[in-house]
Amino acid sequence: MSDFKQGDSLPELRVTPDAGLTKRYAEASGDPNPIHTDPEFAKSVGLPGVILHGLYSMAQVARAHTEAAAGDPRALKRLSVQFRGMGFPEQEIVVTTTVKEAGDGRLVTDTVAAQGDNRIIRNAEAELELD
Amino acid sequence: MAVKTEAVGKQWPPASFEVEAAKINQYANAVGEENPIYHDAEAARAAGFRDLVAPPMFCVVYSAPALGPAILDPEVGINLPVMVHGGQEFQWGEPVCAGDLITTTASCKEIYEQDGRGFYVFESVSTNQQGEETVRGIWTDIVRGV
Repeated sequence: MSDFKQGDSLPELRVTPDAGLTKRYAEASGDPNPIHTDPEFAKSVGLPGVILHGLYSMAQVARAHTEAAAGDPRALKRLSVQFRGMGFPEQEIVVTTTVKEAGDGRLVTDTVAAQGDNRIIRNAEAELELD
Repeated sequence: MAVKTEAVGKQWPPASFEVEAAKINQYANAVGEENPIYHDAEAARAAGFRDLVAPPMFCVVYSAPALGPAILDPEVGINLPVMVHGGQEFQWGEPVCAGDLITTTASCKEIYEQDGRGFYVFESVSTNQQGEETVRGIWTDIVRGV
């Protein structure tokens, strides 16, 4: 794990949220905004359909990091993201992470989460502490 | 029309959240966390946790309720239908386990206008029943056409 050095990539994470995901995430997270669960409502406010919760996509970035740290949630010290493009159900999300700094058992990373060419999270910066 | 900045520095009353194992399971299932430490208390204890442990991003489940009154506060003046979540940062401390009682306090850090958009920046600080900090969040909401 501590073998990561500047310029390396963390293992890529790929996940395809199914059609029912946004409803399950809404219930689990307590976010009731209908733009994530009601296609008619989403269209009424000008969206092509329901969109993913930004914090669900952020959770995939977090998961890519803890999985790279042998599954230890304590390794993830900080994560900062900017939400840009909208994410959609039934499209694969690819989470790609590059090591920006490495040293003293600590990594700083840069992550992009994208669906095809649509980058839904960019400029994500995380700090990972490794034994 | 310009953004109102009177609410900068305002703090809202703390909100508490009891962490039940079922809520951790439900969240872990929704986000695809299959690590046994999020599903099985024995596996979590074997990995050195006090009880079933929550994934780091479970912090949104227990800290978001404290943000509600802040975002809805007329003194802040967010135009909700055109608000988007622009950015998010978390810094984690003590892990959160089933049986914990987490208390979160939200405050308004910054309100400013840029390129015709209003930026509303809130901070949340969450602590467990021992007074240990579990997470600190910076939530940035953006409102178009302020």
